[in-house]
Amino acid sequence: MGKKILLEHAEVPGIQGYEVYREKGGYRSVEKALKTMSAEQVVEEVKTSGVRGRGGAGFPAGMKWSFLAKPEGVPRYLVCNADESEPGTFKDRYLMSKIPHLLIEGMITASYALGANTSYIYIRGEYYYLIGILEKAIEEAYANGWLGKNILGTDFSHDLYVHPGAGAYICGEETALLESLEGKRGNPRMKPPFPAVKGLYDCPTVVNNVETIAAVVPIINDGGEAYANIGIGRSTGTKLISASGHIKKPGVYEVEMGLPVEEFIYSDEYCGGILNDKKLKAVVAGGSSVPILPADLILTTANGEPRLMSYESLSDGGFQTGTMLGSGGFIVMDETTNIAKNLYNFTRFYHHESCGQCSPCREGTAWMEKILHKVLAGKGSMEDIDLLWDIQTKIDGNTICPLGEAASWPVASAIRHFRQDFEELVKNPAGLDETRYYYHCNNINPEVA
Amino acid sequence: MSTEEIKFSEESLALVKKTIAKYPEGRQKSALLPILHLAQAEFDGWLSVPVMDYVASLLDIQPIEVYEVASFYSMFNLKPVGKCILEVCHTSSCWLRGADDIVDHISNKLNIKVGETTADGMFTLKTVECLGSCGSAPMLMCGSQYHEHLTFEKVDGLIDNLRNENKRTTYLDEVKVENY
Ligand SMILES: Cc1cc2nc3c(=O)[nH]c(=O)nc-3n(C[C@H](O)[C@H](O)[C@H](O)COP(=O)(O)O)c2cc1C
Ligand code: SF4
Ligand code: FES
Repeated sequence: MGKKILLEHAEVPGIQGYEVYREKGGYRSVEKALKTMSAEQVVEEVKTSGVRGRGGAGFPAGMKWSFLAKPEGVPRYLVCNADESEPGTFKDRYLMSKIPHLLIEGMITASYALGANTSYIYIRGEYYYLIGILEKAIEEAYANGWLGKNILGTDFSHDLYVHPGAGAYICGEETALLESLEGKRGNPRMKPPFPAVKGLYDCPTVVNNVETIAAVVPIINDGGEAYANIGIGRSTGTKLISASGHIKKPGVYEVEMGLPVEEFIYSDEYCGGILNDKKLKAVVAGGSSVPILPADLILTTANGEPRLMSYESLSDGGFQTGTMLGSGGFIVMDETTNIAKNLYNFTRFYHHESCGQCSPCREGTAWMEKILHKVLAGKGSMEDIDLLWDIQTKIDGNTICPLGEAASWPVASAIRHFRQDFEELVKNPAGLDETRYYYHCNNINPEVA
Repeated sequence: MSTEEIKFSEESLALVKKTIAKYPEGRQKSALLPILHLAQAEFDGWLSVPVMDYVASLLDIQPIEVYEVASFYSMFNLKPVGKCILEVCHTSSCWLRGADDIVDHISNKLNIKVGETTADGMFTLKTVECLGSCGSAPMLMCGSQYHEHLTFEKVDGLIDNLRNENKRTTYLDEVKVENY
């Protein structure tokens, strides 16, 4: 049984409310930090813990915090990234709905460390119903003296607000998120300057994922060292994995880093095996943006070692034979899945979600979707597969934000590992009337839908 | 409709004020998304030009600043919609578990295509990208409520219920959360 440090109390009845949360040891990290530690010491603990950003990029959180600029007289901000729109990812929603106070507590402790007197939780608009839950928890935190002026009699004051998005994957990218929080279109900014120097309202800002901020609570309670002892190597702690697709038990699982992928897929404690006992064909291990791997390569690395749930093990082999832990959106596909069809689905997604600022991304994602549509409709040629390959190489690395790469990698990996699925559709267009396509319709206009 | 006729209820105006207060002095534009959500919920489920102009005046910003934002985000409707928008997720995890069949089923049952509204103005069918409910696929959202682990029977029941209630659903509706 893996160690649970975030979701330990998730199923305790009443844990959404303040009383029970507090009984279970809630808000101890705020007490400990504010009363016994300096802000720098809190940052040091987080550094020692080795916790890496859980939003996808895996950048060490303590290091990111230490980059925060501290000019005199300029406010600093902490912004929680609760945009959670990476296909296959639903862990933040689970955490916020089950234990909202854990996020609130993490926000207060983290804000103390960063010297931020105001913080925002930017939550995707589709999670509107969660705003009520979070705001209720925030109200309780104010009522009990954990938020507001001079918390616990110290000179630290803090206000926390929830801000809704309105349906745009790109607003999960941290600079697009800040634009959106300023009431603008979600167009990513050029970096540098990085948010740590010029973020929200041009002030130094840290943007962290929900899970990263929640992890601050056990790190401060038990010490960075204790956290670093969980997990494996530079993948410290636990990770929330969102498991979906063709498995018997989809859901959110907290796993200790280092758990073998095979155990995760087949053990009854986790996914419980493949739906209808079919054979495993492919896995997208870290949300739609990471390379897809065939069954043999997700279970063992190219060197024949068991593949583990960790940053290092999943990326072993680079993009030739490896993938990435990403956001932990673990999508499983059985033997009946045609990977080219799934790729069409992903590519349509990236085309729809491109903000349109850079031509390689805007035009490239549209073009790739069009070609895949043609292939699926039984009108594709072998050259189209090569053309797809060529387009993705030209997007990758040539854009303002990483959505370009996020759109390229699934294409590259699908062709690399599953070329036969594309060729099958080219050679054998029969039976394709079963393939249906639906288009987006933001403006609800049947003519363009 | 002229701009003069458009006005939030007193309750909403109080909420607008409260929302603006969340952001620093002079940064009231930050309140744009939450206020557009409020406006869409209050003014028939979509954002007409006069409504957007009204929001601009409340925030003391140019109308273009509202239009460019409203047209960027997929939750905002710039054309009239049915009372209930059935937003079916069709991204990978849902697609793997039969989202296309759910879309077809609704389409056949209501006799509308994706993007269309039923003649009685009751339902609009829309497909959307991943809503963070992939582990409960297939799923759809109507108003603020997620409907998960869908089957044809569940969809039929939902449509009957919505028709009987005959109410506009909005993203701001209160939701009963299980186990809460
Ligand atoms: C297109 C795109 C979408 C992203 N979506 C999210 C998201 O939904 N949630 C998230 O936490 N990070 C997302 N990120 C990563 C953020 O830019 C940022 O790295 C992260 O919020 C930092 O927090 P962390 O260090 O705690 O992971 C996204 C990045 C890109 C390029
Ligand atoms: S890469 Fe795509 S999403 Fe990112 S800024 Fe450029 S156009 Fe926008
Ligand atoms: S793919 Fe449908 S909710 Fe994520």
